[in-house]
Amino acid sequence: MEIPAARNPVDVLRESFGEAILFVKEFRGETTVVVEAARSSDVLDFLRVSFGLVYNMLSDVSAVDYYPDDYGEGFDSDYRPERFAVSYHLLSMLYNRRLRVKVFAEEEDPRLPTATVVFPAANWLEREIADMMGIVFEGHADQRRLLMPDNWYGHPHRRDYPLGKETVAFSFNEAEIRKHKPFATD
Amino acid sequence: MAVASPPQSIEEQRRWEGSLDQLRGLVSERAITGETMLLNMGPHHPSTHGVLRLLLELDGEQIVSCLPDIGFLHTGIEKSIEDKSYEKALPLTDRMDYLSPMSNNMAYAAAVEKLLDLDVPERGQIIRVVCLELARCASHLVWLGTHAIDMGAMSVLLYAFRERERILGMFEMLSGQRMMSSYIRPGGVWRDVPDDFLPTIKQFLNDFPAKVDDYEALLTQNPIWKDRAQGVGVIEPDVALAYGLTGPALRGSGVNWDLRKAQPYSGYETYDFNVPLGEHGDVYDRYLIRIHEFRESMKILNQAVARLEQVKGPYRSENRKYCPPLRSELGQSMEAVIHHFKLWTYGYDAPDDEIYNAIESPRGEIGCYIHGTGGNKPRRVHFKTPSFIHISALPVMAKGYLLADMVAIIGSVDIVLGDCDR
Repeated sequence: MEIPAARNPVDVLRESFGEAILFVKEFRGETTVVVEAARSSDVLDFLRVSFGLVYNMLSDVSAVDYYPDDYGEGFDSDYRPERFAVSYHLLSMLYNRRLRVKVFAEEEDPRLPTATVVFPAANWLEREIADMMGIVFEGHADQRRLLMPDNWYGHPHRRDYPLGKETVAFSFNEAEIRKHKPFATD
Repeated sequence: MAVASPPQSIEEQRRWEGSLDQLRGLVSERAITGETMLLNMGPHHPSTHGVLRLLLELDGEQIVSCLPDIGFLHTGIEKSIEDKSYEKALPLTDRMDYLSPMSNNMAYAAAVEKLLDLDVPERGQIIRVVCLELARCASHLVWLGTHAIDMGAMSVLLYAFRERERILGMFEMLSGQRMMSSYIRPGGVWRDVPDDFLPTIKQFLNDFPAKVDDYEALLTQNPIWKDRAQGVGVIEPDVALAYGLTGPALRGSGVNWDLRKAQPYSGYETYDFNVPLGEHGDVYDRYLIRIHEFRESMKILNQAVARLEQVKGPYRSENRKYCPPLRSELGQSMEAVIHHFKLWTYGYDAPDDEIYNAIESPRGEIGCYIHGTGGNKPRRVHFKTPSFIHISALPVMAKGYLLADMVAIIGSVDIVLGDCDR
């Protein structure tokens, strides 16, 4: 069977989705396509089944939080209109190349459509993001927390979630630290 | 002493167990009415390889559905890395997949190198290949021993750990640590191999193939082993791809995909080795693939050790903006002292952009996504780990098999919970 020649994903997407393709960038040989959030599952499905593209595997879904200051309209060196971004890392085994499809979610009520209808592999990867970043994936069949306990407050991977740490005990502050830890004595 | 009487009705039993409503839609309706049984497995069950909890829905002995519950070993490694400079975050990656720390180091180091556009000298690449293949053998040995003991073959564990101990001894020679080695670092490796390393690894390469034959003699044609493993946990290639399986779990279904061949890194394209493939996608094929991978790793190691003797030169990048100078330079060069001070206090700046880099770990594709800030700490580091993906696909593999097969299926996808929860 003859394999159809590989097509440039950016050209094909621009042709088929037009306005929904918001931004394209290249960095270290990796292509990132920013698409409109509402169309993301259409784009992913299109990339998966179209000849000359066949991105048949979802390698990774990862989220990034652009808090505190470098997102919004005024940020010009890169395209960052909103606070949260979710990247779908696709892999085409046939053509041996990768593509990153990126969608943005707003700060106040971050909601994105789920990709589990296209790639079942997105199931836990999206649950992890929902748990750690607090982005709700609409249409996801399982909305429970994945890594953190069910009664946990907050979303630890947000940049405004403080990284907890233990104060190191020296002789001058040991008594002060012990006071807060009544059960830690030997 | 008052003894609680067993529940007399389904309503009473439900009051005992708490609400099943939160499981609605995740288990079948028959579990809600009490027709099938919900059984908890783990997190302390010995064959869950750590702290995996499974909620199994059973119809008699048959698994109707399976809900894995993870997060018991979640240590917030990705969050901690956001507060460290790139070099200092490396030891945290050791603690993810604690059975093959070298692969994690490599995944992280290679991603940082890609972000910085940093090259690795040839000798550094060869030492990396030696480490990665030794780590693959060490990890597969633990898998072999524990998988066999799960399925009732007690003696293999002792043989497997005997050989693993020799590999860990070699890691100690290289890095000073048996397990948490932190040896592969951005730009190359921490230090050159010591003088007594080459004789030791040659002795090991001489002995090990016969040991693999011993393991095979114990298991491959063993009728009990075949009964337990053949035709169990079958996953079709298209399903495996849809659920994102990688590594031996994917190759067991016959999909020829190995990142060492497909997207070579660290000079893997220059080594001669094969990628073993299965046909049936069952537990037995995944077992055979890992056994064959021992032999392929031996092939690679033999070639790499021969090159190690010929190729001399730096083992780590000499770009002093990213890699600290040698100890010996510090007494002679003011510039070296400045670089040393700068790198170990502030670190280095990385671009405010994102990259994703994946390598083939013993378990499958381990990917590292890094988004820099333009400063010395990353904005976000995310590890796509094979165990995480494989556990999410467990329900597909387990459906319709017997409860006793669950143990074989968990063992055959080779999960490490540190890798899964991070």
